[in-house]
Amino acid sequence: MLKQTGRLALAAAVGLGLAAGAGAAKAQTPKSGGILNFVVGSKIPSFDGHQETTFGMIHPIRPFYSLLIRVNPANPSDPTDFECDLCEGDVPEATDGGTKYTFKIRKGVKFHDGTPLTSADIKATMDKIVFPPEGVPSARKAFFRAVESITTPDDHTVVFKLKFPTAAFIPALATPFNFVYSKKDLDEHGMEWHKANVNGTGPFKFVQHQPGAFVEGVKYQDYHLEGRPYLDGFKAIAAPKMAVRLQAIRGDRAAIEFRGFPPKARDDLVKALGDKITVQESDWNCVLLATPNQQRKPFDDARVRQALTLGIDRWGGSKYLSQIAIVKTVGGVIFPNHPLAATKEELVKLKGYGEDIEASRAEAKKLLADAGHSGLKVDFSNRGVDQPYKVVGTWLVDQWRKIGVDTQQRVQPSGPFYDTLRKKKDFDVSIDFNCQSVINPIADMTKFLGSAGNNYAGFEDPELEAIYAKIEKENDPKALRNLVRDYETRSLSDEASGIVTLWWYKINPHRSYVKGWKIAPSHYLAQHLDQVWLDK
Amino acid sequence: MSKYILKRVLLMIPTLIGAGILVFFLMRLIPGDVCELRFAGTGLYVDQEQIDICRKDLGIDRPMFVQFADFMFGFFTFDFGKSMWTGKPILEEIGLRFQLSLQVAIMATIVATVIAIPLGAISAIKQDTWLDYAVRAFSIAGIAIPSFWLGIMIILGLLIITQEMTGIPWMPPIEYRPIWVDPVHNISQLIWPAVATGYRYSAVATRMTRSALLEVLREDYIRTARAKGLVEKIVINRHALKNSMLPVVTIIGIEFAFLMGGLVVTEQVFNLNGLGKLFVESVTNHDYAMTQALVMLVVLIFVITNFFIDLAYAWLDPRIRYS
Repeated sequence: MLKQTGRLALAAAVGLGLAAGAGAAKAQTPKSGGILNFVVGSKIPSFDGHQETTFGMIHPIRPFYSLLIRVNPANPSDPTDFECDLCEGDVPEATDGGTKYTFKIRKGVKFHDGTPLTSADIKATMDKIVFPPEGVPSARKAFFRAVESITTPDDHTVVFKLKFPTAAFIPALATPFNFVYSKKDLDEHGMEWHKANVNGTGPFKFVQHQPGAFVEGVKYQDYHLEGRPYLDGFKAIAAPKMAVRLQAIRGDRAAIEFRGFPPKARDDLVKALGDKITVQESDWNCVLLATPNQQRKPFDDARVRQALTLGIDRWGGSKYLSQIAIVKTVGGVIFPNHPLAATKEELVKLKGYGEDIEASRAEAKKLLADAGHSGLKVDFSNRGVDQPYKVVGTWLVDQWRKIGVDTQQRVQPSGPFYDTLRKKKDFDVSIDFNCQSVINPIADMTKFLGSAGNNYAGFEDPELEAIYAKIEKENDPKALRNLVRDYETRSLSDEASGIVTLWWYKINPHRSYVKGWKIAPSHYLAQHLDQVWLDK
Repeated sequence: MSKYILKRVLLMIPTLIGAGILVFFLMRLIPGDVCELRFAGTGLYVDQEQIDICRKDLGIDRPMFVQFADFMFGFFTFDFGKSMWTGKPILEEIGLRFQLSLQVAIMATIVATVIAIPLGAISAIKQDTWLDYAVRAFSIAGIAIPSFWLGIMIILGLLIITQEMTGIPWMPPIEYRPIWVDPVHNISQLIWPAVATGYRYSAVATRMTRSALLEVLREDYIRTARAKGLVEKIVINRHALKNSMLPVVTIIGIEFAFLMGGLVVTEQVFNLNGLGKLFVESVTNHDYAMTQALVMLVVLIFVITNFFIDLAYAWLDPRIRYS
């Protein structure tokens, strides 16, 4: 295992990995055996990781597959710690000026149908993701814009040639959706086959899927990591209602839910079960944004947008909302525990992040008056999901009321909400969110660019684009950090084209007999389950 | 009789077409579509090209009338196609849930009938006594208490009581196993939703049994039967109760049809993978194909149930003739 020692490793020593409960556990010898039952709060659209985007697919299907590299499950809170999964040895360093990565593929690995793994399988998989044939969906094609070619000099070597050096490549490669498929399956059955069929090299073999009910997996005896998995099998039980998932853990119908519960649910479980429950907590690589629609007046005026961000008491909100919702951490454009993220001293310099909320609100009122919009009315679009959308939305309405803004919150189910956000664009301000798997700041921060496909604020900011262009190509860690600060100041403060509310906070209470699973800063990570065992 | 049956069967066709038109166009009035939800719904990077590929793949980029013709043709040939969300054949998806929903509906109907008919009869026979008041209070509570709330209380009650008694909290299973595979598991899972919904269902039927029986008990032929010296048990069971069952059968039939697809919240409370849950999921996922198929199935269940209720009338009341 090797720490990815690229430029992002500059500050690996900076306080990373909150994982409050995770680190405290005593080292124990894993026991083999047992079936892990866990609950999943979302549905499986299809089994094809390359085209799906939901944890509803990742949690039950990821254990059947391996990746080329993965986030180290023993240290998932560290955004720079990657390890080989199907490659051999350490994650390779880039050569040729940062434009070439050569991976040696493990020998003796077999797919569940007995087919041996070779570099051709890696190439076929990555070709499907990076260069999908016309008509074949690939949800993460954009992650690999830098990839020029993928070649296989021999049966156990894969070479990725990049157009330019980028620190975003290795994190993108470790994305848990990049399931390695067999070339034989792709050639014989076509690109759609994996939507409904499973054949991987992962720690578990697929047994059955009963739609809407459960997915069942059994230990793969020829798994490439010796002695793993510890479990005999698992059952991922679909349970869309949070109350059911909570009671399932309480009644021991399930041992764990990997996405996360709000604080009240954690407290209820701990109160009911005491030490039979272990709680792991972590910052979460998801953030709720308030997006002002710059195609509508007066939100094209930076003063109005600045007033909206100044009116939000983030430090106070963190204190109170974290008691009722899955949000907590105050942060900027980068995941708060990443070395590139702003420190508190840096944050308080941004508009809306000052600790003196009265001073911020006075400035907000003045800006609104200067812009001629005292008593501003806002049509605020929100998504009809309790945690944390409606909670944070209602809080924002109250925050803006304190600077004299009259906000009408319009809550819609997910479908109509996204139609409003992406197509109709008939909102003044909308909730939006940025939720990623592997922490990949260079890629994740594109969300704040006006040109980004997933930015719905409707603006052009050449200066911000220029800063980002420099960030993409900067190799010096210190200079990179300074550029990120410039980007953040421009986006969140000077232009206030994006308004960050609070970062999410992940709380995973689970049965104490579940061992080996460490909370990650994303509900997509560390879900292959080969490290999990049951202390029963 | 056969003419009547034929007429009723033929009447089903325009009913089904009307329902098909309604559901097809109403679904498309909801903003957004399955592809947008799938790609944008998790907040990850959204590539418009991928959304377009998805729409083409599912055929929702075709003109509306082409899609409608496709749907109606599919319905009349029993080919509903594949779920737009899971890609699995719709009949397979529905089939998986149908047996569970049918079992819950049957169990709830048994619970309701076992409670409603004796209690309704006692309430009518002992009108204005403490027994009548107790039954009326019990049945009004059943109408007032939502079955999903009762379900939540049942689960919490089981967890708390078992923890108090044994130290280990117990709750009903959350995954379904057919009764012929594991009868204990099956019954211990489904009895609770059957009780929760059966209670509400029984409350309506109890009230109906009481009022219908009271009406019949005042009929001349009951007075005649009593005047002839028939024992009260025979008067009630043979003459009064059977003749008061017409409205009760109607209520039971309609409720049964409702239970087949309408246990939306109760199924979620007990984590039952039934038709109600599938309904909600398909609507929230904008899975047009699945929603259309489910609506048509529920309409069909209602039409067939009503048909059988009408046939039952003739058996219950020989004066009714279908000519």
